[in-house]
Amino acid sequence: MLKSFLLRRLQHTLLLLTLVSMGSFLLLELAPGDFLTETTLNPRISPQTLASLRDRFGLTKSLPERYFYWVRSAAQGEFGISFAYDMPVRALIWPRMLSTLLLTATSLGLAWMIALPLGVWAAARQGSWPDRLLVLSTSGFLSIPELVFACGILIIAAKTQWLRMGGLPLAVCVLTPVSLPLLLRHIRAGVLTASGATYVRAARAHGVSEMRLWFRHVLPAASHPLISLFGLSVAGLLSSSLLVEVVVGWPGLGPLFLEAVGARDFYVVTGVVSLSAIFLAAGTLLADMLLYFCDPRIRMN
Amino acid sequence: MRDRIPLSLAVSGLIVLHGICLFAGFLSPYDPTEQNRTLSFAAPARIHFFDNQGVFHLRPFVYNGNSTRVPLRFCVDAHLFGVAAPDRIFLLGSDDYGRDQLSRLLHGGRISLVGGWLATILSLGIGVVVGTFAGFRGGWVDEAMMRVAELFLALPWLYLLLAVRALLPLTVDPETTFLLVTATIGVIGWARPARLVRSAVLEAKERAYVQVARGFGAGSLHLVMRHILPETRSVVFTQAALLVPLYILAEVTLSFLGLGLGEPAPSWGNMLAPLRQYHVLTSFWWMVAPAFFLVPLCLCFQVCADALTKSNTPC
Repeated sequence: MLKSFLLRRLQHTLLLLTLVSMGSFLLLELAPGDFLTETTLNPRISPQTLASLRDRFGLTKSLPERYFYWVRSAAQGEFGISFAYDMPVRALIWPRMLSTLLLTATSLGLAWMIALPLGVWAAARQGSWPDRLLVLSTSGFLSIPELVFACGILIIAAKTQWLRMGGLPLAVCVLTPVSLPLLLRHIRAGVLTASGATYVRAARAHGVSEMRLWFRHVLPAASHPLISLFGLSVAGLLSSSLLVEVVVGWPGLGPLFLEAVGARDFYVVTGVVSLSAIFLAAGTLLADMLLYFCDPRIRMN
Repeated sequence: MRDRIPLSLAVSGLIVLHGICLFAGFLSPYDPTEQNRTLSFAAPARIHFFDNQGVFHLRPFVYNGNSTRVPLRFCVDAHLFGVAAPDRIFLLGSDDYGRDQLSRLLHGGRISLVGGWLATILSLGIGVVVGTFAGFRGGWVDEAMMRVAELFLALPWLYLLLAVRALLPLTVDPETTFLLVTATIGVIGWARPARLVRSAVLEAKERAYVQVARGFGAGSLHLVMRHILPETRSVVFTQAALLVPLYILAEVTLSFLGLGLGEPAPSWGNMLAPLRQYHVLTSFWWMVAPAFFLVPLCLCFQVCADALTKSNTPC
């Protein structure tokens, strides 16, 4: 049962990846010019050198040939070469990916750690003034664009010498509040929906303490939407921080991708896009698995 | 009725914000592209009523570089306010080329807002057509279209946007760039509205009156236009309230990253672009001026979207 489900999902993911890589190849093929277009303008580089470079990068080959080269290279774990850095894409992307993951995982963990108790707490006091304040500030925060927020934090940091904290704390300071309001909102709504059930009233009538009531009885019942939300968070691990990385100057995948897009560094773009698609697929898969293990109702059918 | 108050506030806020940008030509004191190289990064002007001696003047004034009084003049030369010619008034400071930030903010707002709305209309248009077609026809057409939509949703949105933008030529005239960027944003976002419209269509198709109308011999076109499309209206409106700010921000993001609208035409995104330089960010806070519009705008749209979502879900 689980096995066939997993197999189907794996098939789906593979198909998706194939389509994604083909799509990005096609898009970049349609684009005018290639990596060496700008170099052609340099009078000090002879046409012979250019031709040999083109040949070496494999830019003279046809599209299917290049695609198959890439697939073979991806199967060997190299994902093609970067023209700008003249090294295998994997070696280029790997450290960048780790630093992006460091940033996003930290801020995501923080956001969940803050949002979960706060959301339950607000739901338990629905309608009281702290709850209303929280709801209001959540909506307020949701409408501050990421870019503006990042710039604002940087300006404050520069004025108060917080900048000495260094890159990671600063980037986390930006990314955590950006992802927090959405989490808070969904957790509060999910818990509120679950708290309406009759067994919650029964548990309360039995004299279960409020703490136990909310965290032991209501929260597991609200787990369904929360697990999906968690899956979404995991899915965005690689792709949610591009803008923040660029603004704060964090050496993650974001700046690399932007640079590669600008320079038409073909295989790097494809590699980054495929990688983030893998993460997106993995996130939803993780959510499904978690649901499967946590919710007996799903296991039954 | 009490829960209508935030909504009406938000709608009037939107009207005011759009109105301000619509009348940018009158409200802003200068041409947004007019440069004053000697006055780059001028700080926002302070409006005084009392001069250095503490004497009150009915007509507000600013101090110029030589600390002489420059009185404000109102409604001259088809501008709301301004000062006599050699002096300049920069209420929100000036940027690196000494262009008036306020004028750029208002004119840029015009471009950003129109871009956001156009992209939304495009996205919703594709979404409605595809969604209705897929939902109404069903079968393999539906299956294929939804698979493609899934593919679009499976890719990180910003990455896709950047990759597609990169393949379009970067150095063309501002009008073409504007259209290209707007079209890219709109076309990339078609999948979500299409799926939502499709599910609304699937639901509407099973309604009794639709079945009855079909039984009376109504043609497909008539059914879709008369009975099914009206059912998707609430989905479309809610999506519009969500997508317009999203697409405005998409344009801002692209321009900020240098892939959107280029100089000299102002847009909120390329007004923010100088902030990528560290010294600008730390020394000239007034360069974040577009935020003064973006935040209230997003807030108003969000309140509208929340109200629409709430009114659509029966409880």
